[in-house]
Amino acid sequence: MRELTDFQIEAPAQGEGATLAFRGPMTVSSLGLTDQRLRSISDSISEIDLTGVTRMDTVGAWTVWRLSRDNDAKITGCSEEAQKLVDAIRKADSNDHSVTAHRLPLLERVPAHVGMVMAGLGHGALQVLGFLGQVILSVGTLVRHPSRFRMKALVHQMELVGVNALAIIGLMSFLVGIVIAQQGAVQLRQFGAEIYTVNLVGRLTLRELGVLMTAIMVAGRSGSAFAAQLGTMKLTEEVDAMRTIGVSPMEALVVPRILATMIMMPLLGFYSAFLGIIGGAFLSSVSLGIPFFTFLARIQEVVPLHDVWVGLTKAPVFGLIVAVAGCYQGINVRNNAEEVGTRTTAAVVMAIFMVIVLDAFFAVFFTNIGWG
Amino acid sequence: MDQTVTAPEALADLPDPFEGKYPIRVRGVRNVFGTHVIHDGLDLDVRRGEILGVVGGSGTGKSVLMRTIIGLQIPDAGEVDVLGSSITDARDDDDIDIRSRWGVLFQGGALFSTLTVAENVEVPLREFYPEISDELRHEIARYKVLLSGLPAEATSKYPAELSGGMKKRAGLARALALDPELLFLDEPTAGLDPIGAAAFDQLILKLQQTLDLTVFLITHDLDTLYEICDRVAVIADRKVIAVGTIPELLALDHPWIQEYFNGPRGRAAQDAQARHDAVRATLSDDGRSSPDPDGA
Repeated sequence: MRELTDFQIEAPAQGEGATLAFRGPMTVSSLGLTDQRLRSISDSISEIDLTGVTRMDTVGAWTVWRLSRDNDAKITGCSEEAQKLVDAIRKADSNDHSVTAHRLPLLERVPAHVGMVMAGLGHGALQVLGFLGQVILSVGTLVRHPSRFRMKALVHQMELVGVNALAIIGLMSFLVGIVIAQQGAVQLRQFGAEIYTVNLVGRLTLRELGVLMTAIMVAGRSGSAFAAQLGTMKLTEEVDAMRTIGVSPMEALVVPRILATMIMMPLLGFYSAFLGIIGGAFLSSVSLGIPFFTFLARIQEVVPLHDVWVGLTKAPVFGLIVAVAGCYQGINVRNNAEEVGTRTTAAVVMAIFMVIVLDAFFAVFFTNIGWG
Repeated sequence: MDQTVTAPEALADLPDPFEGKYPIRVRGVRNVFGTHVIHDGLDLDVRRGEILGVVGGSGTGKSVLMRTIIGLQIPDAGEVDVLGSSITDARDDDDIDIRSRWGVLFQGGALFSTLTVAENVEVPLREFYPEISDELRHEIARYKVLLSGLPAEATSKYPAELSGGMKKRAGLARALALDPELLFLDEPTAGLDPIGAAAFDQLILKLQQTLDLTVFLITHDLDTLYEICDRVAVIADRKVIAVGTIPELLALDHPWIQEYFNGPRGRAAQDAQARHDAVRATLSDDGRSSPDPDGA
């Protein structure tokens, strides 16, 4: 048990305030609890007696100085070292003339915060559009100066975004294909229409799910990686260093990532649909009695070719959204490490949200132009 | 010393010449990274109440030595005792108590970037003394920041909003949060302009005298060595090859030491120091009283 600071208030002589006498150590480890008792003293104090103090550090000196300042009390019985500390604190404290800002009351703070968030959302949407514009300008510059295009970076990003995602996307699609076939068969069996499982699996994977799930997976894998990489480069001033050397971060970092994602998304989406169909065929051959190759042959008959075009048209657009969200959030990281985390989360959320919104738009659009 | 004493009060009462005289004792430390031997048989004693400067060429392991002393780097061999406790043996409870008795200023300040300056200073206080009320803790953080020579407005700023020199001062405020006995400084004046560096030197000296600190200071700055260090330890050939005052070191016949102190920069710092002493001698007879850093 550590020793605590003790104090005693001596009765005032007539016409004067009380004397506050400290005993024991006055240090950071001994003052914590005593301080609360000290703050509840209501008597006016005219003298602070330090004769009984064994040790003092700056926390003790601060406490003494605060009491003496607030009560206009004189300090007595101070050792030489203690005096040195109190003087240092007094000097530091009197150099300061600032006032601390006080918090707004709750009723004003909440609406103010809501307003700020809403304004921030509107501002953010404009900024993303601005960013997209910058990307398009950079692509324009690169078209005029093809020698500045970074082929190596593009290929590297294509490997990271596409090739390295093959295993996980393949497995996911295969399993989803199995689930669709299984659940579809259960429902269709009620009408004796189990054979339509082929239509269900084929059209759903090629038209909708293949690309949508791939986009969500790419947003989680690559969109977050873009935000974190660029954000960290921003914090370590690498992006600024690039600018001063004359390398445009847009051309060197952002454009290769966006192009790589746009190129890889249709490929991954098609691959995903393909493995979804394989999964459906596998389940059908095992539990529905439709032979594997019969299933594949039926696909050719029942899925219209425009379903493939619908899926492949959406894919690069989703890729653009995912990559722009990741790069935009990454390039806008400022100040501290926490922001890398929040921006990365924001990139993924924004990408998935926008992908789903646009998917709904595409569904209506393609039906209306007769690709139903 | 077999028995490790933990409570500061108990230490004050114990007549312990070992702990009293040498807060830091390093014996036979060996550090190896892969096949690269950084330290081999390194010995060092730091005396109570001194400012010990540590110098050495780049890559000689000055920072590694500091990390070894504060327990961030576990040496492959050897012993380190700090304030009477073995850093190399005791791994858990004792260490925590020791950590409340030293403060460390890292090269870049190493402030927590998501906390304001005041909150940074409050972190060690919360950690070690949770019984301190919020009010007192805020007050402590504020005057520590002021003592480190920052304006009070700086308390509510985030590290990203501070200049390099201000970050160092904020880092110093955090290092001093618990009123430590030992202060470790890793290149405190690196990256500061000459005026800022001189003011920081004076701040360290003033705080060392006021708070009665023992300072372990790694530096490349010759002016800092001449201005505030009581003794200088030279690391070369994987060891501390010499410890002493600068005149003592100059008397040695080691090529690195001679080149370090008698190179063009060393000469310039010596001349500056000589001029400085001459001015001081004529202005006042009051030996080591230093100009007020707050004015600078």
